[in-house]
Amino acid sequence: MVVAFAIIRMKDLFAVVMLLGIYGLLSASFFVAMDAVDVAFTEAAVGAGISTLLMLVVITMTGRTEKVTRHKPLLALLVIAITGALLIYGTLDMPYYGSADAPIHHHVAPRYINDSMQEVGIPNIVTSVLASYRAFDTFGEVVVIFTAGIGVLALLSVARRPEDSEDITALDDSMHEQNLVLRIITKILIPFILLFALYVQFHGDFGPGGGFQAGVIFAAAIILYAMIFGLSNARKVINQDFIQLITAVGVLFYGCVGLVSLFNGGNFFDYNVLSSDPIAGQHLGILLIEWGVGCTVASVMIIIFFNFAGRREMQKINNNNNNQESSS
Amino acid sequence: MLIAATLAVFVVMILAIIRGVVGPTLYDRILAVNMFGTKTVLLISLLGFVMGRPEFLDIAIVYALINFISVIGVLRYSDTNKFSHAPTENKSLKQEP
Amino acid sequence: MDVILNFTGALCLFIGCFLCISGGVGLLRFPDFYTRMHAVGVTDTLGAGMILIGLMFYSPDFLIFAKLVMILLLTLLVGPTTSHVLAKAAMRNGLMPALEKGDNSKEINSSN
Repeated sequence: MVVAFAIIRMKDLFAVVMLLGIYGLLSASFFVAMDAVDVAFTEAAVGAGISTLLMLVVITMTGRTEKVTRHKPLLALLVIAITGALLIYGTLDMPYYGSADAPIHHHVAPRYINDSMQEVGIPNIVTSVLASYRAFDTFGEVVVIFTAGIGVLALLSVARRPEDSEDITALDDSMHEQNLVLRIITKILIPFILLFALYVQFHGDFGPGGGFQAGVIFAAAIILYAMIFGLSNARKVINQDFIQLITAVGVLFYGCVGLVSLFNGGNFFDYNVLSSDPIAGQHLGILLIEWGVGCTVASVMIIIFFNFAGRREMQKINNNNNNQESSS
Repeated sequence: MLIAATLAVFVVMILAIIRGVVGPTLYDRILAVNMFGTKTVLLISLLGFVMGRPEFLDIAIVYALINFISVIGVLRYSDTNKFSHAPTENKSLKQEP
Repeated sequence: MDVILNFTGALCLFIGCFLCISGGVGLLRFPDFYTRMHAVGVTDTLGAGMILIGLMFYSPDFLIFAKLVMILLLTLLVGPTTSHVLAKAAMRNGLMPALEKGDNSKEINSSN
């Protein structure tokens, strides 16, 4: 609460981003305390990591302090107070936290908990619910992420003109000899992070993890490389067209798994018909769609970061050109 | 002993938040967030042992990496003009609320 | 054997907690950014290391032990790097340490 209040009241946006990082971490700690491991995993990776990084890139373009508001937004405050009071009144009727006769513990959840091992055969119930029982919802989530990536591309895509490439390399803001320690440590760490992303991807059946978290970790490794070694080097390593292709391929892969199960005679996303044995079919189906999810999430995060940072470079180049024109 | 260690780490996290909210210069706040992140890694590992679910160690590894990448990101993007201090005095230029 | 393991683990945890708490108190009480960073950087890494070594004595099987070794290596690698980068960035951006009176006329040398 203190952190949220401080976020609203402070005018220095940089400090606000720091406090947002702390807030994301506190949420992850709450999820850990409530014994929800996968959610804590995703919150720690996304909420405290990638969001902070992306907000930082935005802040370097917009400036550090917030604009002073001229009027006091009393009407908005009143609306929010009334809505909050109504919501709290609505929760007074809810059953206690974790009580045994709450409705959610009666209808669908016991069936998942009891039957998941026989029907799907993997120990992690969260993954089995996400990827097999509710695969269609997860398909919706992946399409939402894909749409967010397309939105960023449509709004911010920087058309790279080839004659500006010398300007870009002259403006190359990688940290060269000034930061030898950091470059060496990064070179040691990046293969480890990529390997860990693959571990989380394929271990999602047995422990916390799965496609979403693995994609975020993979993108974090690429973003680290881009930050230390410069955006132009990172663009040479990871071609932007290839990444855009991977985004679409991830979603298509997911949909094709559903279609293949349709062709084989089952329902849409019914994995039992994917192979000779239903349990093996479930395993294969979950593996394939988690791979699709991981591809899409990783490539969308990389696209968003490259576009934000590329925009910032364009702004810097324009500033430099303006300074040179005004001084010459 | 594990529970005492968890409480101690929690107390240190609160101290770090206090410094993060108060700290006069920007770099104090970055330092506070970094320390908060390291203590969160420890807290998650300890909680995993206390609650008997050692799968939390995966979250601890992820969080250690994310903490490192975030601090490097902050410092990487603070090289622009808008973040510099006045070179001869020990105070910062930004507005205090 | 179990008693010795538990006792060593508890001892390492105790040392680690003491270091962490002293680092936290130092963060609040030291007068200047560079001194605070010195306190946090040293005690953070070492305290985290001792707590993780203490947890290794409590681990039930080998996979958890291996994961703890990985977290320990990562913390030992990443902690000092962060302190170094933070100090370098603060120095380059002009934050001067609070030296003795009469020494504040040193200009920053930006070629290092």
